[in-house]
Amino acid sequence: MNAAAIALNRFGLGAIADQPALADPPRWLVSQFDRYEPLPTPWQPAPRTPALLDAWLAQQRAARQAPDGEKAGIRETYLRQAREAYVAAVGARVGSALQTPAPFVERLVHFWSNHFAVSVDKLAVVGLAGGFEADAIRPHVLGRFEDLLLAVVCHPAMLLYLDQAQSIGPRSPAGLRAESRQQRGRGLNENLAREILELHTLGVRSGYTQDDVTEFARALTGWTLPADGGDLVATTFRFVPALHEPGARTVLGRSYADGGEQQARTILHDLVAAPATAQHIARKLARHFVADDPPASLVQRLADTFSRTGGDLPSVYRELVAAPEAWQPASAKFKSPWDWSVSSLRALGRQSIPPPQAANLMNQLAQPVWRPGSPAGYDDVAPTWAAPDALLRRVEVAQRIAAQAGAAVDARALAPRVLAGALSDETTAAIARADNGAVALALLLVSPEFLRR
Amino acid sequence: MTLDRRSFLGAAALLSVSPVLFAQAASERRFVFIIQRGAADGLNTVIPYAEPAYAGLRGALAVDSASALKLDGTFALHPSLVNVRQLFADGQASFFHAVASPYRDRSHFDGQNVLETGGSAPYQVKDGWLNRLAALLPRTGKEAIAFSPAVPMALRGAAEVTTYAPSALPQANDELMMRVEQLYASDAQLHAIWSSALSARGMAGGMAGGPNRDPAVLGRMAAGFLARADGPRIAMIETGGWDTHSGQNARLAGQLRSLDGLLAGLHEGLGAAWAETVILVATEFGRTVASNGTGGTDHGTGAAAMLLGGAVLGGRVVADWPGLAPASLLEGRDLRPTLGLDALIASACAEAFQIEPERTTRVLFPDVARARPLSGLLRS
Repeated sequence: MNAAAIALNRFGLGAIADQPALADPPRWLVSQFDRYEPLPTPWQPAPRTPALLDAWLAQQRAARQAPDGEKAGIRETYLRQAREAYVAAVGARVGSALQTPAPFVERLVHFWSNHFAVSVDKLAVVGLAGGFEADAIRPHVLGRFEDLLLAVVCHPAMLLYLDQAQSIGPRSPAGLRAESRQQRGRGLNENLAREILELHTLGVRSGYTQDDVTEFARALTGWTLPADGGDLVATTFRFVPALHEPGARTVLGRSYADGGEQQARTILHDLVAAPATAQHIARKLARHFVADDPPASLVQRLADTFSRTGGDLPSVYRELVAAPEAWQPASAKFKSPWDWSVSSLRALGRQSIPPPQAANLMNQLAQPVWRPGSPAGYDDVAPTWAAPDALLRRVEVAQRIAAQAGAAVDARALAPRVLAGALSDETTAAIARADNGAVALALLLVSPEFLRR
Repeated sequence: MTLDRRSFLGAAALLSVSPVLFAQAASERRFVFIIQRGAADGLNTVIPYAEPAYAGLRGALAVDSASALKLDGTFALHPSLVNVRQLFADGQASFFHAVASPYRDRSHFDGQNVLETGGSAPYQVKDGWLNRLAALLPRTGKEAIAFSPAVPMALRGAAEVTTYAPSALPQANDELMMRVEQLYASDAQLHAIWSSALSARGMAGGMAGGPNRDPAVLGRMAAGFLARADGPRIAMIETGGWDTHSGQNARLAGQLRSLDGLLAGLHEGLGAAWAETVILVATEFGRTVASNGTGGTDHGTGAAAMLLGGAVLGGRVVADWPGLAPASLLEGRDLRPTLGLDALIASACAEAFQIEPERTTRVLFPDVARARPLSGLLRS
């Protein structure tokens, strides 16, 4: 690939059908920081976190108050609405990826959304997942890592997904009350604390201990959802002192005085500043953009920039764009199903697709949106996606979307435009030899150079 | 024996207009266009078995005259076309040889565009002749229909049309699968994955045995729409996989078996409406007369077309046969076209729907220099 192709495909989301030539590819990438919209047109009709949370809380209240025979019906009604909100948000995500003037930054949205994964296989997340991306991820991808982390940890989707909303300090007023009433199942939950350390900040096997996890979990107690007042909630996060474990905490050898909500905030601040976090984030970014096993020199430079700037994300992105390792001509990354679908639709000039079709497409390609099934998110290495049945499915999907594009798109003319600087002679010849337009277009979409970036 | 180019088959007699009265009555007629995408090999479909040069030029690709299904003293059908042969015997199928659209280059895309738009050059005409035909007719049934996921070029245009595809997620067709396999051959990672995928699906032994949809089922499904009194009068069915550059014998046999099954399905499913049906089978261009070095044939010019159905005045092979002698070939390689596919299509449509032939030609093929219409193609 030449530099323009690398900018469009490796950093961006793939060329669009009428892609203008890029005079200065690196500059095109960093100039997107000024063009990126946190809430672009496709996202605007999607319901936002306050309304989505209100629907969840109302359902919880109604189910609590209803006679046993009616609880299931209330849940079903809610789940139907939540699924609608989910599908609409998937449509917004795809529409945004297809229309964006800042595809590099949209890719970063997808990257961070997967780094801070929530999964809709947990019932409570179904309705909230779109709001999580719109309100916790999108506004902060060009900010400081610490703000992004805080927005994520405070978002109801994350609080519910990793069970923080139910976590109670054992020595807190609520914990003591529960103990005196011998209420079981109400107490400390370490889930969010562990995943923040393991997945979001320091990274696994970076030296923290089980004590660190437990102490951090105690510090996080009280971080929960707003009270269900019956009215539309104004904020989507609340600190409840009565749930908070009193006392000082020790995490990674450092002592944190009791300060209510501030205690965990200070710990989060220090986690962001830890060298292991810089290494972890640097490695994940380099893996996403450069290679499954990225060069150590690049990871170190990204980590240094992260540390030096206190986690200023645009500075890290600029370092990545400036890195020669990121501009190697060989395409080392095999596109994920999401990458491949988005770049295919962009190549065909699509501006949007019906939201249910978008959701189905990603289901069929085995990467359903916001459903990685684990808080670690989807894998970002080739062996996960370059697999036999997955490849067959891509060919089947390519055939279908090529047939939908029909005679309106001439693959012979399209291929050199969307793969400018990357198109091989073999693919050119295969497209020219195809016996009809749909086969030619499908071949373009499943060609080796279109499967990689 | 030697074939004299004017000596047989009544071609000359067909090339004149007989006076007919043109009524604008609501029609019971059904017109179905089956397109063969990829340049179907006319010479091994309607085989000039008596042509002395045929066996020599085709070599191992020549269909043995003992197994070919004889039509007359000159032509025979490929052995796969059993049902079609029976239709011919029943006077319900005619074949047209050495036909071509005005397109004279050899690109599938451009050739199909000319075939479907009815223009004289690629991308000159923006809508399809089948759509313009639909617009000519008084609406007696439902809108014209394509049995495919998208509207094919021939049916695009101002007249309302619809599409119907039987399955939401069809398996990739054999043509695509084969070309993907070729494309991945030199990519170590993808080649390995692809081979493993194919064996997992039990297809490693070859594409012909792949899990194809039964074409007769597709034919009966399409017929289900067309047989209804209030159903569509105009339909299009797309077939692909005709681009037999290699391994032609087995592939063409399979392709023609599928076509034969598709037509049998239509015949069976149409029931009483079969008597009112005209099916046109045509391709963008033919293939080279001589076989190539990979057991196949390359893009050519003159091809074969078919009209089938209860409304067809069949049992004839219509050709102003140019011959296969070296001097007779177009550019020394192709069957020289002697009959305009546009004239055939316009004439068949005019007769099918009782529209004045001159007007039909003007609407369907506006850019094409006037060719003499054919007549007597259908039962009146």
